[in-house]
Amino acid sequence: MRVNTRAITNLSFLLVFAIALPVGNLLGLVSINTVSVWGRYFCFAIAALGIDLIWGYTGVMSMCQAFFFCLGGYAMGMHLLLKATALQGHLLPDFMTWNSFTALPSFWQPFRHFVPALLLSLLIPALVAGIIGFFVFRSRIKGVYMAIITQALALAMYLLFLRNETKLGGTNGLTDFRTLLGFDLSASSTKLGLYWVSLGALCLLYLLCHKLVHSKFGKVLQAIRDSEFRVGYTAYRVLNYKLAIFVIAAVLCALAGMLYTPQTGIITPGRMDVTASVEMLMWVALGGRGKLRGAIIGALLVNCLYSVCTSLFPQGWLFILGFLYVLTVLYFDKGFLGLFETLGKKIRLS
Amino acid sequence: MILQVNHLTVSFGGVRALDLEKFHLEDKELRVIIGPNGAGKSTFMDILCGRTRPGSGEVLFKGHSLKGRTEVEIAEMGIGRKFQKPSVFPSLTVFENMALATKMKKDVFSSLFFRTSPAFTEKIQAMGKRVGLSSVMDRPAGALSHGQKQWLEIAIVVLQDPALLLIDEPAAGLSDRETEKTGELILELCQQHAVIVIEHDMHFVRQIANGLVSVLVNGKLLMEGSFAEVRNDQRVIDCYLGRANAQLEKL
Repeated sequence: MRVNTRAITNLSFLLVFAIALPVGNLLGLVSINTVSVWGRYFCFAIAALGIDLIWGYTGVMSMCQAFFFCLGGYAMGMHLLLKATALQGHLLPDFMTWNSFTALPSFWQPFRHFVPALLLSLLIPALVAGIIGFFVFRSRIKGVYMAIITQALALAMYLLFLRNETKLGGTNGLTDFRTLLGFDLSASSTKLGLYWVSLGALCLLYLLCHKLVHSKFGKVLQAIRDSEFRVGYTAYRVLNYKLAIFVIAAVLCALAGMLYTPQTGIITPGRMDVTASVEMLMWVALGGRGKLRGAIIGALLVNCLYSVCTSLFPQGWLFILGFLYVLTVLYFDKGFLGLFETLGKKIRLS
Repeated sequence: MILQVNHLTVSFGGVRALDLEKFHLEDKELRVIIGPNGAGKSTFMDILCGRTRPGSGEVLFKGHSLKGRTEVEIAEMGIGRKFQKPSVFPSLTVFENMALATKMKKDVFSSLFFRTSPAFTEKIQAMGKRVGLSSVMDRPAGALSHGQKQWLEIAIVVLQDPALLLIDEPAAGLSDRETEKTGELILELCQQHAVIVIEHDMHFVRQIANGLVSVLVNGKLLMEGSFAEVRNDQRVIDCYLGRANAQLEKL
């Protein structure tokens, strides 16, 4: 029975997003902007998967996931900007000309080509997460201290990216992209293509994460969440496990950021401020922590709500989000997913 | 000789918690440690499994010093610890709890690509039967009763196949029937492993003490002897009476 409902929800998810929405667009019923907006939500859902792995399954509250998201986003943004600059026949991106740069900074060079940019957008976050994670986990920093230290890191990085000296566009970030692999980013077909890629990536990564959490590795992660010292006395090196999942989570977030940038057309430090990371945690908490589907549902629903609410009550969004969060903590601690499951059970019983 | 302890001391904030001149344990020996609260029994086990660092002295396990080793290294060397408060993984099933503990390669990559084999499953099921949990193998460990959790934790430690088992108050909070079963299990375990048991319950100690009993008082070894010798020793009785624990006298 359970397996059936699972299959039905999976199938209806695919039916709506893989078929109904694109077909609706082709028939002129759904605007390409709506399609593109959902494409971006899928990116957030991928980041939420990463957060669920590190927080929901391992119990490590990392508050710098938006930073990893932006590392991926910026790497892709640098590539897109260099392509746009070349297309315009300029030597340097506009913001560099305004800041009277004379030559392209050396660390921008590898981003001229797509493949190195793609690899770097995943490698850099992995490396950063590896280094931070190594020192944090080796010092056995846990719980609230982990949250505080990663939040401080997120803030520090945000302030760093705000500065013009960082040579990444400062407050304005990177924008004015034109093409990706030769496709015009403003064309409907490209937007639809990116939507497909995001959806495909989400499905594929969901399956991979599913495999991961059901492997023995995943069980060790849950054991760490339950009773970390017991895992140590059972002869597992907790540091290595935490480090591995921290890096995996960072790469997932970076991948999400990488897919996100060409779809929004801009990446700024605003995407990585402290509240951005907190909001990402909220998606997972509201959707249902410790369940991969919960993370996806949370990211999609909260972002959907965000766009509805910000157009209806522009000032009220944070109040609504906060209220939802309080409700979740008080009454349905398993999130939307837990709520759906309870409702489903009640309907079946009656 | 599997364990050899010389001149071991630990102090917490100036208070000497443990001051052990000598302690020896033979291979496959079952040793019971008794003593009033605060005698340093659990502290002793904490040192043996790497949870607490000793102030001075040495601990030799199979001839190798434990100095400076982490709890993982000590577990790999073959010392397994069952804690006083049952500590299992509540959100994993009983089977998964046992599977994680079982002796095997425990690095990240081995875990990622681990596949259960029929032989492996059979081994776990056999252990489940041995500790009386075969009917609840698929239940989350958090849903078990207190006694079942105690047994699950013993199973977790035994599956690591340690040469030395440290068992801290296995009978705490158990019914009489459960206590007896736990005693039988421990007697069975000492056929294959060296075992140190800390216990307060004198009926239980009488059941399992087939060899030496060590009495710790104020961090010092008061005496070692058979259960009968210990029970009749005036100093031991005084210590327990001084703590308003008349259990020894009643026996």
